[in-house]
Amino acid sequence: MSKSKAFGPGLAGAVVALALATQPVAAQGWETVRIATEGAYAPWNFSNADGSLAGFEIDLANDLCARMEVTCEIVVQDWAGIIPALQAGKYDAIMAGMNITDQRMEVIDFSIPYAGGPHGLAVMADSPLADLPGEGRLSLDSDPDAVAALIAEWTPMLEGKVIGVQGSTTNANFLTEYLGDIVEIREYGTTEQHDLDLSAGRLDGIFAAHSAFNATMQKPEFADMKIVGPGLSGGVLGRGVAVGLRQENDDLRDMFTKAIEDAKADGTIKELSEKWFGLDMTPAG
Amino acid sequence: MDLAFMGRTFLTLIEGVPLLLELAGLSLSIGAVFALLLATMRLSGVGVLDWTAQSYIFVFRGTPLLVQIFLIYYGLGQFRPALQEVGLWWFFREPFYCAVFALTLNTAAYAAEIFRGGLLSVPHGQIEAAKACGMSRLQRFRRITLPIAVRQALPAYGNEIILMVKATSLASVITLMEVTGLAHRLIAQSFRAVEVFVVAGAIYLFINFAVTRAILVIEWRLSPHLRQAPEGEAPMKPAPAHARGA
Repeated sequence: MSKSKAFGPGLAGAVVALALATQPVAAQGWETVRIATEGAYAPWNFSNADGSLAGFEIDLANDLCARMEVTCEIVVQDWAGIIPALQAGKYDAIMAGMNITDQRMEVIDFSIPYAGGPHGLAVMADSPLADLPGEGRLSLDSDPDAVAALIAEWTPMLEGKVIGVQGSTTNANFLTEYLGDIVEIREYGTTEQHDLDLSAGRLDGIFAAHSAFNATMQKPEFADMKIVGPGLSGGVLGRGVAVGLRQENDDLRDMFTKAIEDAKADGTIKELSEKWFGLDMTPAG
Repeated sequence: MDLAFMGRTFLTLIEGVPLLLELAGLSLSIGAVFALLLATMRLSGVGVLDWTAQSYIFVFRGTPLLVQIFLIYYGLGQFRPALQEVGLWWFFREPFYCAVFALTLNTAAYAAEIFRGGLLSVPHGQIEAAKACGMSRLQRFRRITLPIAVRQALPAYGNEIILMVKATSLASVITLMEVTGLAHRLIAQSFRAVEVFVVAGAIYLFINFAVTRAILVIEWRLSPHLRQAPEGEAPMKPAPAHARGA
């Protein structure tokens, strides 16, 4: 028997093996779940000096995986490409401070939210914007009139100011929609970068989640940073932070939802949230 | 592939082209002047000048442009009080100036070596012939050395121009919304990475197509002596067009 003939079945075997390998994982049940995070959004998820990952979502992911009885592999993915790479099957879930929005719901699926929390503006204490009016909490869904009044009150003060925001976020959507004609928006790859530019004086203010501001203000060089105006939520800012999943993985979504419900019920989320944010960010309901 | 979506994508991304051309054009022109200076330093035969230029080229060719952009923008941003003191903050405050600055320093290092190679490639005999004709140093440089050096350096420098057009895509990391920056934003809104990047790639391809054609035209004009003489003309021309100062 010639060598070249032996190639036939060998090649066919390889093709079969390849076909088996690319079968949807769901068909075999979930043993390993790959979770993507950004690794640059303290205290949600961030990288330590030695490169290891830490943060609220890292702790929570490990807890949820134990509840789901699966092995978890946490990978780091740039924020801007985090949804396309999920769709391309590079990993199975996203836990990266991602809010549920209608726009995202069109392309991916979400578990129930595991955290909520307000968004808003922050400036340096010596900025003319330090006295920007507004306080408490405002919902874009239920208080649209109050929000419109607030924007009208802000407009003369914010006219022409430069505001930094992380690109491709609900925060950027809010700025574009509500303040796009009033301020100059600069989009950054990470929140750490706009923090640096705020302290360098290139920006008059930044718009982000209050939880991220709290983490930044822990650093001595940002002790002078100040949150101004009310905490905003709902509407374009999303319906809470949840696990993002591919639309066809209903089974995995239900597993995450069940695990999050359990973690809420036994106080794990409250405990982790207080550890990392200094406040209880457990979503309502 | 959704053609209507790609059409809308094209219209959005094309808005980043003016910024792209400004970044590439400004940094290439300032960088070329700087590079000529560096190449002259390298060939000056003065140890200190040669060594200074060599170290500069070593540092800027040896480190990634992305790192240089980050260092110039975020790194220098940490030294605002010092920069304000020396009156340079207005410059480093603006992301656009920082990007042009980084791109210029980078292209100058590469182009310096390309220009040096071009200058070294001028045949000694031609310079000697010019001397024999009684041309002054400046005349020799303008009529003989420069045109030949430019022609020799052009293919390599054409590469550098193309690389710079593509390097402008890094400016999006310091908030400048050129074609790549706009593409990232569009992907975040549409989640359709393939279509958006295909259109973005096509825009760069088109710009670089125009660049390569332009370089070909210049190369053709600078090498009349390498072409066959047109019918009816004397086979031996008195001197190449460029050597007559054309």
